[in-house]
Amino acid sequence: MTAATAPHKIRVVVAKPGLDGHDRGAKIIARALRDAGMEVIYTGLHQTPEQIVETVVQEDADAVGLSILSGAHMTLVPKIVTLLSDQGIDDVVVTVGGTIPADDIPELKKLGVAAVFTPGAPTQEIIDFLTSAVGEREPR
Amino acid sequence: MAITPSDEFSLEQQWREQFEAAPERDVSFTTLSGVPIEPLYTQSDLPDDPAAAIGLPGQYPFTRGVYPSMYRGRLWTMRQFAGFGSAEQTNERFRYLLDHGQTGLSTAFDMPSLMGHDSDSPLSLGEVGREGVAVDTLDDMETLFAGIDLGEVSVSMTMNAPAAVMLAYYVVAAERQGIPADRLAGTIQADILKEYIAQKEWCFPIDPAMRVMGDMIEWCSQEMPRWHPVSISGYHIREAGSTAAQELAFTLKDGLTYVEEAVERGLDVDDFAPRLSFFFNAQVDFFEEIAKYRAARRIWARELKETFGAKNPKSWLMRFHTQTAGVSLTAQQPLNNVVRTAIEALAGVLGGTQSLHTNSYDEALALPTEDAVRLALRTQQIIAFETGVTNTIDPLGGSYFVESLTDKIEAEAYEYFRKIDELGGMVAAVKANYPQREIADASYELQQEIDAGRRVVVGVNAYVEEDESQTALHRSDPATERNQVERLNAVRARRNGGEVEASLVRLREAAANEGSNLMPLLIDCTRTYASEGEIVQALQDVFGKYTESPVF
Repeated sequence: MTAATAPHKIRVVVAKPGLDGHDRGAKIIARALRDAGMEVIYTGLHQTPEQIVETVVQEDADAVGLSILSGAHMTLVPKIVTLLSDQGIDDVVVTVGGTIPADDIPELKKLGVAAVFTPGAPTQEIIDFLTSAVGEREPR
Repeated sequence: MAITPSDEFSLEQQWREQFEAAPERDVSFTTLSGVPIEPLYTQSDLPDDPAAAIGLPGQYPFTRGVYPSMYRGRLWTMRQFAGFGSAEQTNERFRYLLDHGQTGLSTAFDMPSLMGHDSDSPLSLGEVGREGVAVDTLDDMETLFAGIDLGEVSVSMTMNAPAAVMLAYYVVAAERQGIPADRLAGTIQADILKEYIAQKEWCFPIDPAMRVMGDMIEWCSQEMPRWHPVSISGYHIREAGSTAAQELAFTLKDGLTYVEEAVERGLDVDDFAPRLSFFFNAQVDFFEEIAKYRAARRIWARELKETFGAKNPKSWLMRFHTQTAGVSLTAQQPLNNVVRTAIEALAGVLGGTQSLHTNSYDEALALPTEDAVRLALRTQQIIAFETGVTNTIDPLGGSYFVESLTDKIEAEAYEYFRKIDELGGMVAAVKANYPQREIADASYELQQEIDAGRRVVVGVNAYVEEDESQTALHRSDPATERNQVERLNAVRARRNGGEVEASLVRLREAAANEGSNLMPLLIDCTRTYASEGEIVQALQDVFGKYTESPVF
């Protein structure tokens, strides 16, 4: 199989920005994405926005999933999005998961977040979303 | 004619034939933790010697409760966990709860405080006062309890990695109210092993963290006879996705490890064991939870009596706080959470809890609103005063099913003890990621069942409503962070910098010397208004930091 025909293995960074230690969701998602055949890099806990963006760059990720349950999403997500664009990165699919009030979702999307998954979102929905969102981007 | 045992056998056989003749629903009859459940339990499922295994309330092995009178004598303490924003705001919420009939206080700290960061640390950005109250210095602790008589109210503090620092703040704040340490009643969580296992809030590597905790327990056993210096917590282990048996086993093993460490320090087990308390989750699988609490009491009593040779019967008592399961709450159709919480709370009560926190229905969406908190407290009051479940002690005692499930979960816990011992004990097991891996596996399995629809979560994967109406949510005040940083700066400007520095130097020296107890030094630092971040940093200079290698 040549590189041209090989199916691209999606590379996803699953990240835990901020100080909250609720990692049940992040780890379930990381494992589900891995089981779905994606290449998953889990950052571990307590990551600063700078550390997360560095991981995205170093890992040449197609997507980054941010898991936040502390309520700090309206501070942390804009910072991460800005840092990504400062690095000239505009083709990484950014998703957010966690306890995100509905009112905040339109604002997050305005910032460029592709999707927000709140508690109860089935893992398959997340897998399907990433597969299609990464697939729709311009080939790199 | 009397029914003889052989008649009974044939009656059971008859039942089985009739039962098997009718088809069962096509679902898996298992507990939330995946334990298969029989269609019927009978006398043959009771322990061989029921009198010895089940016993009576207030009697060894305490399966039926730790006190002879249980809720006939005194109801459980209704203790709602609260904390947000500034110390002033939380102080207001505390007074509100006390005015509405709450009988104890429980303090939630914000993430920076839990991780040992000051509010002005770059790592605290966006988190100050959000998930709990921000406490940076003694000044905040004094404000938090202003106008509340600490000699009268029992106060619980959910604080772990920097627990010794916060306890020092609390002791000095009370002293300023004129209340000496030996009159203070309450609990500080301070259960550090479960942080590495589940909750993931840490300041130091495991070994020095165990030492700081040991210093605090030792100091409390001498200075604070009414204080519970550790609340050995399964709550977070369960929230991280464990099964009921894992919650039970890992928590009790953590507790037994603390007992071992304290005994190694030369403490007499009976000097501190009566002050140990526990904290468990109440999930929605009603009978499994009740069985878990009953098994926990029995295991703890046996281990303390038989393994550690505790002579004081108070050392054998596993007293516990219960909180309903945050993880069982759904963002969808949030009012359904009122029902879940009521059932979970009832399980805690029928399991013999000493205190209870009921979650608010809106907590899968945000911090709770005041209305939601009041409804959660009312739920406990309805259970206590309307349902009649408090009329008799341990009403489920002797139930074929409950006793059998109690035995089963107890056996499962011992199986985990054996595996942990093989790994060299709990500290070694945690370092080897063993409990972390078990929990990750269990939580993944459950999620797969839910995703596949094999386990129904109402409103999430069944009976789903499109277009749900919006729930009014608590919004954090964006000014909180700025104000808190200003408060901290004002304290820094006011205090004597030389005194602060000198106290931190002495703390570092003591930290480097294994033999010295850090508590008196932490109290000295507190008096100089050293901030939490400065104190933790001084300790990290000696102890280093912790980095997890996560398993998933």
